[in-house]
Amino acid sequence: MKPLCYIFILLIIGYSGNAQTKISGTIKDNKNKPVPSASIVLKDTYDGATSDSSGKFYFATAEKGKLTLTVTAVGYRPAEQIIDITGNDITINIAVREEVSELKAVIISAGSFEAGDKKRVTVLNSIDVATTAGANADITGALKTLPGAQQVGESEGLFVRGGTAAETKTFIDGTLVNNFFYSSVPGIAQRGRFSPFLFKGTVFSTGGYSALYGQALSSALILESIDLPEQGSSNIGVSVLSLNAGHQHLAKNKKSSWGISYSYANLWLAFKAIKQRQNYSRVPEYHEGDANFRIKTSETGIIKYYGYFSANRLGIITPSIDTAGYYDAFNIRNFNMYHNLSYRESLGNGWKLTTGISYSTNKDNIEGQLQDGAEKEVNIPPLAYKNFELESPGQYFNAKTVIDKRLMGISVIRFGGEYNYSNDKYHYTLYNGQKFSSSIVDNLKAAFAETDIYITNDLAAKIGGRFEHSSLLNKSNIAPRVSLAYKTGRQSQASLAYGIFYQNPEKKYLPSPDVLIFSKATHYIAQYQKVTSKTTFRAEMFYKKYNDLIKTDMINAAQQVAANNNGYGDAKGLEIFWRDKKTFKNIDYWVSYSYLDTKRDYTNFPYAIQPNFAAKHTASLVMKKFVTKWKTGFNMSYTYASGRPYYNIMYDGSDYKFTDMGKAKDYNNVSFSLNYLPNLLKKDSKTFTVLVLTVNNIFGINQLYGYNYSYDGSRKTPILPPSRTFIFLGAFISFGIDRTEDAINSNL
Amino acid sequence: MKKILSLFAASIIMFSAAAQSEKYVKAMEANLAKFDTVKTTAGLIDLSNAFARIGDAEKNQWLPYYYAALTLSTAGWSDQSLDKDANAEKIKAFCAKAEAISDNAEICAVRNMAATQQMLVDPQTRWQTYGPEAASAMEKGLKLDPNNPRLHFLQASGVFNTPEQFGGGKDKAKPMLEKTLELFNAENPKPLYPHWGKKQVEDMLASYK
Repeated sequence: MKPLCYIFILLIIGYSGNAQTKISGTIKDNKNKPVPSASIVLKDTYDGATSDSSGKFYFATAEKGKLTLTVTAVGYRPAEQIIDITGNDITINIAVREEVSELKAVIISAGSFEAGDKKRVTVLNSIDVATTAGANADITGALKTLPGAQQVGESEGLFVRGGTAAETKTFIDGTLVNNFFYSSVPGIAQRGRFSPFLFKGTVFSTGGYSALYGQALSSALILESIDLPEQGSSNIGVSVLSLNAGHQHLAKNKKSSWGISYSYANLWLAFKAIKQRQNYSRVPEYHEGDANFRIKTSETGIIKYYGYFSANRLGIITPSIDTAGYYDAFNIRNFNMYHNLSYRESLGNGWKLTTGISYSTNKDNIEGQLQDGAEKEVNIPPLAYKNFELESPGQYFNAKTVIDKRLMGISVIRFGGEYNYSNDKYHYTLYNGQKFSSSIVDNLKAAFAETDIYITNDLAAKIGGRFEHSSLLNKSNIAPRVSLAYKTGRQSQASLAYGIFYQNPEKKYLPSPDVLIFSKATHYIAQYQKVTSKTTFRAEMFYKKYNDLIKTDMINAAQQVAANNNGYGDAKGLEIFWRDKKTFKNIDYWVSYSYLDTKRDYTNFPYAIQPNFAAKHTASLVMKKFVTKWKTGFNMSYTYASGRPYYNIMYDGSDYKFTDMGKAKDYNNVSFSLNYLPNLLKKDSKTFTVLVLTVNNIFGINQLYGYNYSYDGSRKTPILPPSRTFIFLGAFISFGIDRTEDAINSNL
Repeated sequence: MKKILSLFAASIIMFSAAAQSEKYVKAMEANLAKFDTVKTTAGLIDLSNAFARIGDAEKNQWLPYYYAALTLSTAGWSDQSLDKDANAEKIKAFCAKAEAISDNAEICAVRNMAATQQMLVDPQTRWQTYGPEAASAMEKGLKLDPNNPRLHFLQASGVFNTPEQFGGGKDKAKPMLEKTLELFNAENPKPLYPHWGKKQVEDMLASYK
């Protein structure tokens, strides 16, 4: 029986083998383009084929009856069709629809530089920031080598596309940071307070940014803090400027971590070695500490806390320009505290919650004096205003909640609210003991909604709106924002952006006796970019219109106070960015160029002029090379800015008038830095050491930022950098974590 | 009569199971024979699809999915113009299907290669994401099968291809390769089971002479 059975079966197989049905056809997408490499399967059988480069397929099957033919292809939604196999050859054409996916979709990118997203090619990451020569591991220092930002050396902040530094706002994990920079010192740009290594992602928007952010006419700097560290570690650092130590602990289950660090900086040694133009009555000194914890609440949820305090002081004495033989003294003490608590979680079903609060306080004690040669305060009638004390404590609370809901494909709708409370107090004591106090409180509430719509992989739109109400102005505004992006090729795309942006008047011109409204800017941006795995090219054109800028009046003979919103202005320009890690072996470089044509009438300007913080041409070249044989990275940067205009504007009792104007010479700076990693060879080394040498303005090129004028406008002195060349030397050691691989791979 | 009927039924079931398995073995053998000869990306994708069809039809065999993933991994190494991310996503999807049937060290080796290929697109920025992914696949694989020769081969060739100044180098790789070859020699793979890697190890060891 059994052998018979076998024969019978073999016969059947043999027979069916002869009765093959040929199935052939073409796979096309909804645009009628052939889809190659699609898998065609006769469901639940071994039979099927793969489409060729023209979308054609062919296979033979011994099956009979009604069967399902399925088609799957990367980037397309699966398709199914029932076919009836009767023995006759079948020709069938099947259409598949493109699937919108994050990897293939166009990126809505007009106006912004995104860094840190690991999937996509990044513009800058934290190692880039640390190894950009001339940036001194300061986030904004590195961002200044990107197009759009000005090379302003006499004051801190990002001056973007003809905007003032106050028109750029910084956000950490979604919430506003009120005192991102150290307190201003006349003529010396201050650094940002936060280390680049705190952040895993950076978005530097030079215009047209999302409705999630507001109160910035020009630019938003959006920083996303790191999650759990991969390993616990301890570190110490020694440099000519500072000492620091820190510890980061990671729980055994890798679900939570905490860390603390402390640093003390004193510039005495550095100033001893490198002559400073300013004469310091008190050498800058900083005490800083920070603490953090991060708890993973689930697979997708995390709570993060970061807290920071800083206490610092310095004093400067400069020969007075107003009266020969006398000196201007400036002393500042600052105490700053910052706390940020954030939480994010996926709520399932495409919902996501991101929420955060931050609380900070900042207190400046500033003392200005006119002194004689013996450092004694003197009162000379027209210059009496130079003797004052200012105490300005501020308290800030910010909260923000964003809810995301995933729609079809990768489209998203996002909405939420923001609350910013600020209370800035000013206590002035004049030379004669007279006291003035003011308090500026603002409750700013905002609601926003936006949606990212991916129509296809090639076409996407971001449409949003923001509503704001300021209790200080007792006004509301509604700001629409729209961006479009279209993929022009596999690696290239074009984008457009439009948006309206509102901002409250700067606090330093308040309180005002007059009724004020929001200042307004309207952005129009067109961008083209081509990104490959090793190169990035970007060109962007923009036009920005300013309305309702603040105009000021003079009160108390020395104080500018907001008077009305009659100011206006515009800015237009072209920017180009090119980064290349491919052409020269082991060399990573980027070039950026910005052309800016801007004029504005604001504060005390007699009429619309090119402001003194805006250069027409700005360019940077940044190069990095890692020589593994020497375990050393070499970094170089060159920055150029055409001469900025300078003005002296004086109040003649009724009007502001120019008493002097001109153009400073071009700015050039070549900086160099070197990182040496002595433990590089020892693969299993438990300590990781980096030695850093930085030389700013290596050729000692004369740089002029503008002029300071005497009170009567009769004399001027140039505003120059604190020293011609600055050298920094430091060693940073971390224990318990082998970061060799990081260092290598970041420099490959 | 009932007994005879049930016996008959049982024999049919057994018989058909054997026949199916024979069909499976034949199809797998035919595809595996192509595995060594197909060189083009299009050919490898076609072969991967063929393995996947067997996997989908069989439903409880992990090897077809494993080979569907492995052929794409081969394409990932040989074709520099291939979209490594899309390819790796496909590989990982096949790995997941294979793991659902049998979670084993061989699949970990393929996952390790997929993550490595993604990392190599741009090591500088991708290291932090794909480095740990590759390492955890390796770790898991060695836990499941500490003497898997293919995992040892991947480890050794990683060291072999890393320049000396980064802690790699041929000298350091040599004892690892020798150990890997021993493991290969000791291995006695079941029919249809993976056995690749031995020739590569022998070629690498030959380069020392």
